[in-house]
Amino acid sequence: MEILFEVSNIKVKSILRIDSLRIYKNKVTCIIGPSGSGKTTFLRLLNKLHSPDEGKIIYQGQSLEEIDSVKHRQHVVMLSQKPVMFSKSVYDNLVVGCHFSNKPIPPKQELQTLLKQLQVNKEMDDDASLCSIGEKQRIALARVLLLDPDVYLMDEPSSALDQTTERMIVDFIVRKTKENNKSLIMITHSDDIARKFADKLITIEKGMIYE
Amino acid sequence: MNSIIQLSIVQLFIAYGLVVLVFILLKIRKIPEQKLLILATLRMSLQLVMVGYILIYLFDHQNPWLTLLVIFIMQIFSMYTIFKKFNNKLSKALKRVIVIVFPLATLSVLFYFLFLVIQISPWYDAQYFIPLAGMIVGNSMTGVILGVSIMNDAMLENRELVEEALILGADIKQASKAIIDKSFSQAIVPTLNNMLGMGIIFLPGMMTGQILSGVSPLVAISYQIGIMLGILATVSLSVILILYFGSKTYFNEQSQLKT
Repeated sequence: MEILFEVSNIKVKSILRIDSLRIYKNKVTCIIGPSGSGKTTFLRLLNKLHSPDEGKIIYQGQSLEEIDSVKHRQHVVMLSQKPVMFSKSVYDNLVVGCHFSNKPIPPKQELQTLLKQLQVNKEMDDDASLCSIGEKQRIALARVLLLDPDVYLMDEPSSALDQTTERMIVDFIVRKTKENNKSLIMITHSDDIARKFADKLITIEKGMIYE
Repeated sequence: MNSIIQLSIVQLFIAYGLVVLVFILLKIRKIPEQKLLILATLRMSLQLVMVGYILIYLFDHQNPWLTLLVIFIMQIFSMYTIFKKFNNKLSKALKRVIVIVFPLATLSVLFYFLFLVIQISPWYDAQYFIPLAGMIVGNSMTGVILGVSIMNDAMLENRELVEEALILGADIKQASKAIIDKSFSQAIVPTLNNMLGMGIIFLPGMMTGQILSGVSPLVAISYQIGIMLGILATVSLSVILILYFGSKTYFNEQSQLKT
């Protein structure tokens, strides 16, 4: 198994402390743990949105410190727990990431199909800021999927959804990951989801890792 | 042209009667700015009397070093005023940007205006140099305070949006573009509104002063048009450069938002 991330002796204030951890390529890694335990901080470290106070993170053999942050984030894309919408249309919100990373903009038909698959009944011209929290979460998910990165970092991608939709969405994400040989590191509040979909399960409690 | 009516001390005191009216209004309505009103009136009067005598001295003793010294003092005071306005809310890095960019932007426009538009001679002629520098530096200062204040607030309030852009692969220019554009447009709107109303809603101060002191309205107009274009340019240039370089100070070298 090829190593995707190798983490050693990481310390972030008193929030997170990881002595050693390996995450493998083309696998689904689920992270569970109580709120405030450091899960999101860990994901932000992997996205290079935050740097550790101490320790080292190696991404595919190269130290994260030496990798250009912007390029890294274009390959290792994160979906935040709280969906943030730019005050524009649904369409603009879907393609904003493609603009940032100079990726081709998919045709509107393709975007509409993706939204349908995620059960979002919105038109492209609708104001994204007026969508419900659940719709926003799925638009944000679609936005990340469109970027087609090597690694998906997902912070509770279905927290605002009912149980049935949640299952459907996670199933969709995992299927996409496996079909396209991507890697998925996903925080979930649901032990059931973690056990059903994870190739590897990590528990974070009080800033410590338990594999 | 009619000769100029010189204002006597008595006439000036009659003008101060207007301040007394404002004071009474504040007192009746129990508005607490009464002390500030007195302080502002006193300071304005003293400062203008002082600057009047200084200008007389500078005009009578034309000297390049003296002119440059006055410009230097203007720059220092305007930057001090900008920093004071923010009550230590500005980072050291942002202050550094202002200290470098503000003089560069204002002096470029000032020199362009003095040497290419008016073509003054000698180059340090205080009669043109100092009043025009005052207008250019003063207006830029107001624009910068407005622009930086909007950017600073927006960077705090819209932190999530900036971070989301970073998450989606934006570089720091892309992540802060919307905030820079919004801050810039709001900072130049007062100058543009001023230009829209000029000559119809009000007569600008410089032009009024020139006309009152006996200058032909046509000469006053040509100066006013020129200086308004200069003000627009200096406000735009100083604000956009400070916003552009200043926005980078909110990020660290790893393109992460500073905490």
